[in-house]
Amino acid sequence: MTSATLRHAGWILRGNPLTAVAATGVLLLVLVAIFGPLIVPYDPIASDVPQALMPPSAAHLAGTDQLGRDVFSRLIVAARLDLAIAVSAVGISFAIGAVIGAACGYAGGRLDRVVGRFVDVLMAFPLFVLAMAMVAALGNRVENIVIATAIINLPFYIRFARAEVNVRRNVGWVEAARACGDSHFSVVLRFLLPNVLPAMAVQVSLNLGWAILNAAGLSFIGLGVKPPTPEWGIMVADGARFISTGKWWLVAFPGLALMLAVLCFNLLGDGIRDILDPRMRT
Amino acid sequence: MAAFGATMIRAGRRFLSSLPALFGVLVFTFLLMRVLPGDPAVFFASGPNAGKEEIEVIRKQMGLNKPVPEQLMLYLYDVGRGNLGRSMMTGQLVTTDLRARLPASLELTFTALLIALVSAVPLGVLAALRPGSVIDHGVRLFCALGVCVPTFVSGLLLIYVFYYLLGLAPDPTGRVDIFTTLPPSRTGFLLIDFLLAGDVEGWWAAFKQLILPALSMALFVVAPLARITRASMLVSLGSDFVRTARSVGLPWWRIVVTYALRNAILPVITIAGIVFSTMLGANVLVEKVFSWPGVASYALDALLTSDYAPVQGFVLLMASVFVIVNLLVDVLYGIADPRVTIS
Repeated sequence: MTSATLRHAGWILRGNPLTAVAATGVLLLVLVAIFGPLIVPYDPIASDVPQALMPPSAAHLAGTDQLGRDVFSRLIVAARLDLAIAVSAVGISFAIGAVIGAACGYAGGRLDRVVGRFVDVLMAFPLFVLAMAMVAALGNRVENIVIATAIINLPFYIRFARAEVNVRRNVGWVEAARACGDSHFSVVLRFLLPNVLPAMAVQVSLNLGWAILNAAGLSFIGLGVKPPTPEWGIMVADGARFISTGKWWLVAFPGLALMLAVLCFNLLGDGIRDILDPRMRT
Repeated sequence: MAAFGATMIRAGRRFLSSLPALFGVLVFTFLLMRVLPGDPAVFFASGPNAGKEEIEVIRKQMGLNKPVPEQLMLYLYDVGRGNLGRSMMTGQLVTTDLRARLPASLELTFTALLIALVSAVPLGVLAALRPGSVIDHGVRLFCALGVCVPTFVSGLLLIYVFYYLLGLAPDPTGRVDIFTTLPPSRTGFLLIDFLLAGDVEGWWAAFKQLILPALSMALFVVAPLARITRASMLVSLGSDFVRTARSVGLPWWRIVVTYALRNAILPVITIAGIVFSTMLGANVLVEKVFSWPGVASYALDALLTSDYAPVQGFVLLMASVFVIVNLLVDVLYGIADPRVTIS
């Protein structure tokens, strides 16, 4: 079974080399996030005013910003924070959403209706606006960006888990488990959730990209991360002041970092879906 | 006509069922704003060394000294009477501010949606006509990249290219430059007002200001629209009625446009509704980049100075617009496919 899955994965990867590239990209991103601060050529927050606003050169691969800080070093160091925000936000909403959704899909009834209403209310907001209001309400801190991003992701996981569990609640092997005396709790936890998880993995990968964009957007408008902490969104916001005088590198490089990170996660998500469910290939 | 009536009934039912959600939005925003850090009374007192009595007076004036449930009831009562409170920042009624600024946001969002649809549908159709061709792969690449570039980055890069490098676009701040005289405000949409006033030069000036922010917003949403068009065109092009139409020798454009596209457009409408709500959120970012005087930048300014009322009003407005757009999608759905109203 495992070797068949691996062979199938290998076959998919050969037919779709983009997935392999994306997986490599994500791996690279994780490595940069872990070891980034050790390998950067310059201190990311030390200013060097005589060198301010220099275009990219051999000494400063991505140029320098208005305080003479090396943009390349800041980009590398920022990877850890951006990734940490996205991963923890998606992790929280995945864990909570899967459990709530599974409970609703399995139990139905009043619980399902109440949660359904709550999800409807959440979805009645434009989600970015909701995140914005929440960060402002909870306090302008990084933890709250994580919480806000987790909450706006929650409806998708609840709906997804609910639908997946709901179609399986009365299939043969679930009834067999119940007939063998398994409690409802154990049926959901040991039989239903493991069956739903692979499909949700796709959702996680696609959501990670979305979460990165959301967090960067929030810090771009001045919420969450505070300067001088290096973070991609705030770097773009800093660079925005200098774009109409032609200092393109301050916006283009953090923008490129965001784009590549999101692209890798999205392509990986598509790739995982192809491996798990060949019928859904487009 | 009967089908139209059925659509209306369906839309009405949808509207009623969205009322609880709107109410939830109201309570939710109220609670959110109540826990905002910072005491607005201190902020709006005369200065950092304002006396305790002065702050107390302002607190009383703002109703901040009452218990929270009572504040909520008062708030709901006010909203019911169409009073969203007064902005401490501008000193105006929030409804007045929002009304003055909403057209700017809507004009931007609608233009962006129009650009996105006009480019995405043909791209999707072209890709579906020749699956696996260079065009198909090109569209796919464009879509994959499009969703990855944040709107604020693409907006800034557009400014760099069209304002700094090429000099084609005007200074990217606001809806018109200060030298242009505004037309009499009839709709609040500058492009339409300039047309009604017959002012071609003014129209061109407003258009040049609008095109970059609209473009950066459109870029972000072309991808989902083109993708869904391609997928649903592939299905409808492979169907029996298209094969029949081909076999009786109808001209290809008629097969594609009249038969295949008409049948493929339903999912596109659904996605367009979702896309619109994404764009309402993206408005905040784009309006900030281009200093666009819309409702989102108004709410953002209010948010950063803990001015409750405008933020509540803005969130409520966005939720209402969202509900209206969903209703519109429902109605369009009924028109595009009369069968959905029967079931």
